[in-house]
Formats: sequence, structure tokens, C-alpha cells
Amino acid sequence: MAGGVFLDIVDPWINWNWLSTHIPTVLAALQQHVMLTAIAVATALVLSIPIGVVAHLWPAVRVPTLGALGVFYTIPSIALFALLIPYTGLTGTTAEIPLIGYNLLVLVRNVVVGLESVPPDVLDAADGMGYRRFARLVRIELPLALPAMFAGLRIATVSTIGIVTIAAVIGIGGLGQLILKGLIENFHTPLVVATILSIALALFLDLSLAGTQRIALPWSRKQ
Amino acid sequence: MVTETMSLLEQLWQWFADPANRQGSDGIPTRLGEHVQLSVEAIIIGALIALPIGVVLGHYGRFGNLAINLSNAGRAVPSFAVIVLAFQAFGLGGGPIVFALTLLAIPPMVTNAYVALREVDADVRDAARGMGYRELAQVIRIELPLAVPLIMAGVRTSAVQVVATATLAALVAGGGLGRYIVDGLARNDNPRLVAGALLVAGLALATEFSLSALERLISPRGVRLRRHPVYQPLKIV
Repeated sequence: MAGGVFLDIVDPWINWNWLSTHIPTVLAALQQHVMLTAIAVATALVLSIPIGVVAHLWPAVRVPTLGALGVFYTIPSIALFALLIPYTGLTGTTAEIPLIGYNLLVLVRNVVVGLESVPPDVLDAADGMGYRRFARLVRIELPLALPAMFAGLRIATVSTIGIVTIAAVIGIGGLGQLILKGLIENFHTPLVVATILSIALALFLDLSLAGTQRIALPWSRKQ
Repeated sequence: MVTETMSLLEQLWQWFADPANRQGSDGIPTRLGEHVQLSVEAIIIGALIALPIGVVLGHYGRFGNLAINLSNAGRAVPSFAVIVLAFQAFGLGGGPIVFALTLLAIPPMVTNAYVALREVDADVRDAARGMGYRELAQVIRIELPLAVPLIMAGVRTSAVQVVATATLAALVAGGGLGRYIVDGLARNDNPRLVAGALLVAGLALATEFSLSALERLISPRGVRLRRHPVYQPLKIV
């Protein structure tokens, strides 16, 4: 009944009154969003390094691992949430399993790409200096793969922040809860606030990670 | 645990066998048709807008930062929010949903088309010039065929994302296969929920694999995507 223009007059895109009285709600949603993202990215990061190293060393492992993760990655998050509900219910576990799986593809692939990009001359030099296989991996190859791993980390973080909002469908979505609230109550403010905060969070974390990389890995600057 | 799994499987079997889910306005063919229609419209409109922009920018090598950062920025915008915003701004119906899906489809296609045209070897361009190709002929007959694999990779990425995001249309009272997931959740009906999830997952995988096959089919012989494409578009749904 109410057309867009009419609605705009009645319900502004941001109702400052609502916002000023609901700051704790917004902050709680933001906090949950950050936690869900942090768990998904950190867990995948920890798992990706051994998996990536094994995949790099044995092509027989690499192809099926990246293939299986690629299939998982193609499945929409809402479908994976729905598939898990009969087993893990409306819980954080249901939200995290798909997110961790998606991040594993991004991060494992970048570990492999990073390790493959180490120049053969460097490996020869390391061998010549008497490095054993394991020491060469830890002290030469992984540090040189770090820039690629960092690139993967930034991509995984930004992508996770967006997908977390969809977990609102199962009742755990951080800022997605506010988007859903805006939808259900046909009220613009929580929707607009959540969208802006979600974009801001993604940009802030992306820039922070880029800054961290510049400081922590000076050898990646020229790339 | 085992019996629980068994019973869900049996219930699923019954759900797929139930005539109410096989025909009519809430049957699988109707829902699948709605889902595919929303997605195809968005992908075609998106491609008509995005590919010419990407190709022109890539050919002239202009506004490269814009073409590449468009995708990076697009990734930071939650697709769920785009769908709900389009619904609140333009109301119910297929139009607003297709509009939102089109917006999400554009960035990866622009970026990939740009990168694809930039990746054409400068020597090849010079050779084409030397052979007397005019600019338009050079783009159409030399650069585009070489760019096909990467352009198609962009179309495929967009298509998979659009098919995935179209599932969310059900949340704003739209149709499509997402209907089963949203209704299954609302009614606490696990077989419906899981059946919907399987159908959505199947459609996404079918989109990915059929467009990969198309990509190989229409890529000129001898031109194949490099093992590590320069630009790897990413998941947003």
C-alpha cells in the first residue's frame, strides 16, 4: 500500500531517536559479529597452515583437498546452515562450521600459492647453507609465503563479515540480526545502521591487516 | 544418533515423494523455475551492463583502480542487506529482487573483463596493428577471443553468487527454492528445510559445473586460463 516515497516521509532512513536509545543493542550486535568473524577466521587460519603445507608437499593430497574445499565453497551458506540444523540446532556451531570451511579454501589455497612462489634459487641457497628439509620449510619457505597468506587472511576476513549477516536466518547473525529486525518490523534504521557498520567493520579490519602486514613483514612491501 | 539420522533420511524420502512437493504452486518445478528466472534475468542484465564496461576499460587500460576496487568494495557490502534494502526501497515483487541481484552480479564481471583485456599480450596487439586490423576489429577478432576464459570465469563467479543470493529472496516474501528453507525454519519442519538446502546446494553446484564446461567449450583452442588467475573473485553469500 505504502509506496517507497510515502514510506520515506514516514520512516526516515535513519531515525536518530531510535538510534540514541538503542546504542547498547547495536553494540551487542557488533560485538557478536566481531566474535563470530574472529572465531571463523582464527580457527581456519590455525588449520590452514598444516593442511597447506601437506598439500604443498604432496600433490596427491593437494588436488582432492582443494577440490573438496572448492565444492564446499560453492554451496551457499544458507543451505549449509539449513543442512546442519537437524544435527547442531540453532547454535553458534551451526553458524561457524560453514564459515570455517569457506575460510579454509581461501587460506589453504594461499598457503599453497605462497609456498609455490618461493624462487628455486632461494631453495638452492638454503640447501647449500645446510638447511634440512624441516628447518628450510619453517625458516625459509613459510616466511616467504607469509605475504600470500596475509592476502588470504584479508580476503577471508572481509568475506566472512558479509556472510555472518546471513546467519541471522538461524538466529545468530550479529549485525544480520539488525538487518532482519529492520525487515520484519519494516523499519529502516536498524537495517541502514547494520549495513553501514558491516561495511565499516570490513574496511577497518582490511586496512588494519594491511597495516599489520607492512609493519610485521617488511619484505612483502615491494609486492 | 543413527536412528535419528535414518528417520530424517526417511522423512526426506517421503518429502521428495509427496505429490504436494512435486507439482503446483509450492512444488519443486515451480520453485526451481522461479529461482532460475530471477537468477538468469539478473545475470543477463548484469552481463549486458558489466561486460562492455570491463572490455572498454580493459582495452584502453583506463580506470584500472576503479575496475579492480569495484569488486573489493562489492565484497564488503553484505548481500543480505542489499536484498532487504532493495525490498524496502522498491517494495514487493520480482523487480526489486532482480535489481538487487543485478547489483551483486556486476562487480566480478567488470573486474574480470578488465583484467582479461589487460592480460592480452602487448606483442599480440602490436602484431594485430601491424597486420592492419582497425581498432574495433582488433578488439572483436583478436583481444576478445584471447580474453574469453577470464571473462567467462567472471560470469561464472557472478552466476554462482546470484543463484546463492536468490535464495534470500524467500526472506523478503519472494519465491524460489529459498522458500523451502525459510518455511522449513518457520514451521520447524526439518525435512522441508533439509530438502530445500539440498536443492539450493545442487543448483549452485550445477551452475558452477555447467558454466565451467561452457567456459572450456567456448574458449578458443590453445587459450586456457592460467593456473592461478590474477584475480580471484570471492564468495559473498
